[in-house]
Amino acid sequence: MKDLLKALPWIGPAVALIATVVLFPVGLMFWNSTRDISQSGVDKGGVGLDNFATVVGFDAFWPILGRTVVWVVVVVACTLVISLALAALLNKAFPGRRLVRMAVIVPWASSVVMTTLVVHYGLEPYFGIINSFLVDVGLIDSPEGYGWTRHAGTAFTWAMVVAVFVSLPFTTYTILAGLQTVPGETVEAARLDGANGVRTYLSVVLPQLRGAVSVAVLINIINVFNSLPILRVMTGSIPGYDADTVMTMIFKYMQNQRQIDLASALSVIAFLVVVVIVAVYVRLVRPLEEV
Amino acid sequence: MAVLTREQTTPGTAGPLPTDGLRRRRRYTADQVPLGSLLLRLLGGLVVLVVFLLPYLIMFFGSVKTKAEIRSVDPTYFPREWHWDNYLTMWSTPETPLLQNLISTLVISLCATLVVLAVALPAAYYTARFRFRGRLVFLFLVIVTQMVQPAVLTSGLFREFIAMGILDTWLAMILVNAAFNLSFAVWIMHSFFAGIPREVDEAAQLDGAGTFAVLTRINLPLVWPGIVTAVVFTFVASWNEFAASLVLLTTAGNQPLSVALTKFVGQYETSWHYVFGVSIVAIVPVVLLFMAIEKRLVGGLVAGSVK
Repeated sequence: MKDLLKALPWIGPAVALIATVVLFPVGLMFWNSTRDISQSGVDKGGVGLDNFATVVGFDAFWPILGRTVVWVVVVVACTLVISLALAALLNKAFPGRRLVRMAVIVPWASSVVMTTLVVHYGLEPYFGIINSFLVDVGLIDSPEGYGWTRHAGTAFTWAMVVAVFVSLPFTTYTILAGLQTVPGETVEAARLDGANGVRTYLSVVLPQLRGAVSVAVLINIINVFNSLPILRVMTGSIPGYDADTVMTMIFKYMQNQRQIDLASALSVIAFLVVVVIVAVYVRLVRPLEEV
Repeated sequence: MAVLTREQTTPGTAGPLPTDGLRRRRRYTADQVPLGSLLLRLLGGLVVLVVFLLPYLIMFFGSVKTKAEIRSVDPTYFPREWHWDNYLTMWSTPETPLLQNLISTLVISLCATLVVLAVALPAAYYTARFRFRGRLVFLFLVIVTQMVQPAVLTSGLFREFIAMGILDTWLAMILVNAAFNLSFAVWIMHSFFAGIPREVDEAAQLDGAGTFAVLTRINLPLVWPGIVTAVVFTFVASWNEFAASLVLLTTAGNQPLSVALTKFVGQYETSWHYVFGVSIVAIVPVVLLFMAIEKRLVGGLVAGSVK
């Protein structure tokens, strides 16, 4: 107890900041999810689990939940496969490698909103440059395009493409860091045994990347699940709920319908999902070993 | 399953201190490269380069087109005339006060970075140097804040900040950005402090230096790269923050650029050339900053799992 008191001046400010901005809002969110709060923000008393019943009973709830699973699984899986290939390339020596590595960082540093905006513009009918490119190479026939950003299905698909694109840098860099730990001797031994490049990669290198891959996948699952800006820009102006995930739905409750009690209930559900993922992360990765 | 060690998370460097690099392994690269596969790598590298820069090139070329050209039904890949004056005229548009948005972004990011530094530096130093009860609980709390992102907490933050009377203020977003980037800063600086041999501290203490003097005079110069990394990362993450700002800042002038630019979408006639000009101004500086800390980015993000 005495040494904790001694530590307090050093870690106290950090604890206070986390308590105010992370822990307290979590508690408040749980509390608000059981209250009836008017659109102007007046707390009209407790309603038990009614808000949860309303949120789950909403017609689009299960489709939204299913779409969230698709969103996370497809984006994280595609990101992982492409990143493994990218990292393998960037780990090899070739002239200009440094330049390519720097280019890979650009979407990581850039605002996700702005990256999505340029894709949204590119897909516009007639004047969008991606759309016009697709016409030029003959993939679509009319400059009117398909109305990529007007339909929930296509807008959502393009949003997944953008989500993969912006997730690649972190994933690639994490796998690159993992590749540095693969000892050259194990690769040489496999070569001497007559294994070709692909075989060596699959049976010698890939198993040794397990640690880096599980870290990258779990952090990506959390990031993609929590992602708002991409869908907000790509599908936000489409009426209805056919392109929503749990996260965009929370913000619709909060902003369009001004129902903070329902938003809190859905946030609690999302929060519990995040808690489960974090628990898996802590068990699998053991981040606190040896600190 | 902590398979990565620290020197390996910082590709190309020997870690924060020479003592870290002692156990250096040979890298996994082929020794002799046939010309064919070298050409293949070059081609692959070129494709990657183009794909990753493409959205930003479209942005850049778009930013110097005229409104007529960027909205033309016969779109051009490259601008017919280069209108650099867009970069001056773009700041006054009816959609949103962009100059105020730029100032908001700057103030919020700078202040959040200062708060993170003031709060994370002592915590990183103390937890790396001293064992005390509750240390692991504290470090666990720090890791968890990295996993929980502001988007999932906005409904709680919204009500809390109303009660505190700071909804729609810069202070609200400074606190949010500081809290959610604390984790990266603590971990990256923690790993640098942990890399300094304890004997260095003890020698200074024998010479009569107090804990604070040991930190500022002996340790700080050695952990400088870690501090720079933490500062840059926090600044860039705050600069790009979107979800919490969207809800917690309600007045147009208070909002950062990330929120302000979304207002152009769905307009009857979107001024895309202005959206892209502002985006280029917002993106170029942070990309350069990120490139400067490229080698140390992974270490802070995957927290304690890479030691």
